[in-house]
Amino acid sequence: MTIFGFPTQALFGQLLIGLINGAFYAMLSLGLAVIFGLLNIINFTHGAQYMVGAFCAWFLLQYAGVGYWWSLLLAPLAVGAIGIVIERTMLARLYKLDHLYGLLLTFGLALIMQGIFTNYFGSSGLPYQLPEEFAGALNLGFMFLPKYRAWVIVASLLVCLGTWYVIERTKLGAYLRAATENPALVQAFGINVPRMVTLTYGFGVALAALAGVMAAPIYTVNPQMGANIIIVVFAVVVIGGMGSILGAVLTGFGLGLVEGLTKVFYPEASNTVIFIIMAIVLLIKPAGLFGRER
Amino acid sequence: MATTAAPAARARWRSADRGTAIAFVVMVLLFAAAPLAVYPVFLMNVLCMAIFACAFNLLIGFGGLLSFGHAMFLGMAGYVSAHAAKVWGLPPEAAIALGTATAALLGILAGLLAIRRQGIYFAMITLALAQMVYFFCLQAPFTHGEDGIQAVPRGRMFALLDLNNVRVLYYVVLAIFVAAFLLIYRTVHSPFGQVLKAIRENEPRAISLGYNADRYKLLAFVLSATLAGLAGATKAIVFQLASLTDVHWSMSGEVVLMTLLGGMGTIFGPVVGALIIVGLQNYLAPLGQWVTVITGAIFVVCVLAFRRGIVGELGAWWKKRHAGDRPTSA
Repeated sequence: MTIFGFPTQALFGQLLIGLINGAFYAMLSLGLAVIFGLLNIINFTHGAQYMVGAFCAWFLLQYAGVGYWWSLLLAPLAVGAIGIVIERTMLARLYKLDHLYGLLLTFGLALIMQGIFTNYFGSSGLPYQLPEEFAGALNLGFMFLPKYRAWVIVASLLVCLGTWYVIERTKLGAYLRAATENPALVQAFGINVPRMVTLTYGFGVALAALAGVMAAPIYTVNPQMGANIIIVVFAVVVIGGMGSILGAVLTGFGLGLVEGLTKVFYPEASNTVIFIIMAIVLLIKPAGLFGRER
Repeated sequence: MATTAAPAARARWRSADRGTAIAFVVMVLLFAAAPLAVYPVFLMNVLCMAIFACAFNLLIGFGGLLSFGHAMFLGMAGYVSAHAAKVWGLPPEAAIALGTATAALLGILAGLLAIRRQGIYFAMITLALAQMVYFFCLQAPFTHGEDGIQAVPRGRMFALLDLNNVRVLYYVVLAIFVAAFLLIYRTVHSPFGQVLKAIRENEPRAISLGYNADRYKLLAFVLSATLAGLAGATKAIVFQLASLTDVHWSMSGEVVLMTLLGGMGTIFGPVVGALIIVGLQNYLAPLGQWVTVITGAIFVVCVLAFRRGIVGELGAWWKKRHAGDRPTSA
């Protein structure tokens, strides 16, 4: 069976890989957007924190025998806690300055984390054992879907929708959105905005770590894994615009799919297609697909 | 009073100018004498990176635009100049000119896209575009992928100067550096530079005064890209090598660090920053990946405690001391 002269097996296989990549783009750009909304800082450390999340899961399994499910909880908590320390001790001093300093600081932190891990673990990557529950694949009739990949797609969708629900539909989310618009006023209403900022950063970072744990069984756990993905995620964020949560999620998944399709039809461009789309979007709609000018 | 105030201001301006001129002469003399004491190849690396950092500083320090993708100009110009010298057999001056022109062209394309967004987005867009160029260089046949273009002939510049003689080569590189430095100094102190600063301080206001802000920003971006390309093209001839290192995002980060450490928006800051960072990398190379950690730590320290950079802090200290010295004359 073929579509446009390409075997369906390969086509669906690449689409699946695209969807998986898209799931990670979506989760990471979501965290970036949440952090940017409240802190006005582009968290360059995001990729490194994703990498540290994956390493946390690897450590837990290797040295403590703690399995995948507990890692899903513990790694984000640990990385989130480190994030809170970073926010309190460093980022909090920069809020009154030009946004660029936040970018530079988090870039430096990313280099530190990446350097330390490369130093101890090299850059070849460590395998993470797939949890037993996920061995095997589902037969969908037109293709085999490995169980773990199905889980990643479902779980990341749930995480994204959950985050969207909290921010757009709950009281806490309303505070958050209000503080994004006018922190001074929200503070005057008796809400502890600095604490909210701290927790938001912790949450965004925990989301990156969660993505890292989910990525560990698919990609090898590698000190460079964060640096490679974060630049693509930046392009995703530019394409989607950071104004909307759902926009970030949709753009993430959509671009993952486009990347997968490109691998089938024109593999030479698969690394660059997202950047090319970014350039086109900038020409047509500079604020991004879901963004607003400000 | 007005009649005495104007000459006083002019005198102050002149003394600041004279200070810069003295510092410039001292810098050039130091560089000219340095090969007597220091390994010239190391110094040429410093000079190339100093051109690169000065070009970058033109954009961030005077235009307020943070480009996180300047490696694309350095690396691309390096590849073109190496290819021109090795495969096409062009003399070094033509190879360098061709590399620089390529960077200028790339600067126009990248600039047109990047100036459509501001601030933080500008940084992300330039980073993404540079990553695209990186993947291009990884895959394009003429760059030879991971190997890079090796054994690039240095040749004779203007059919006269034999660049295989390291001493001759060193002074040619120094001359290129001085020319680029003077060009940047002239640009910053020209009406164009003043408008650029005005846009950095308050863009809506500059626009309301009738300046086409986008055109100024684009011009600054292209000029900066061109000079970054000059650095890359020269570097490829000097080290006889064009490789992926020079297009990688970590190189874009390095030039940010050099400028930040030396002092953004100061004339001499990037040179000092380049000297320190290249020195660090050279002498700490045995530490391997710890260099990355140290680089990151310098970033953090600079941003948290040291935002004016070395030259900026020195300048502030000097000003303060002078203000304390002669409170009556001011």
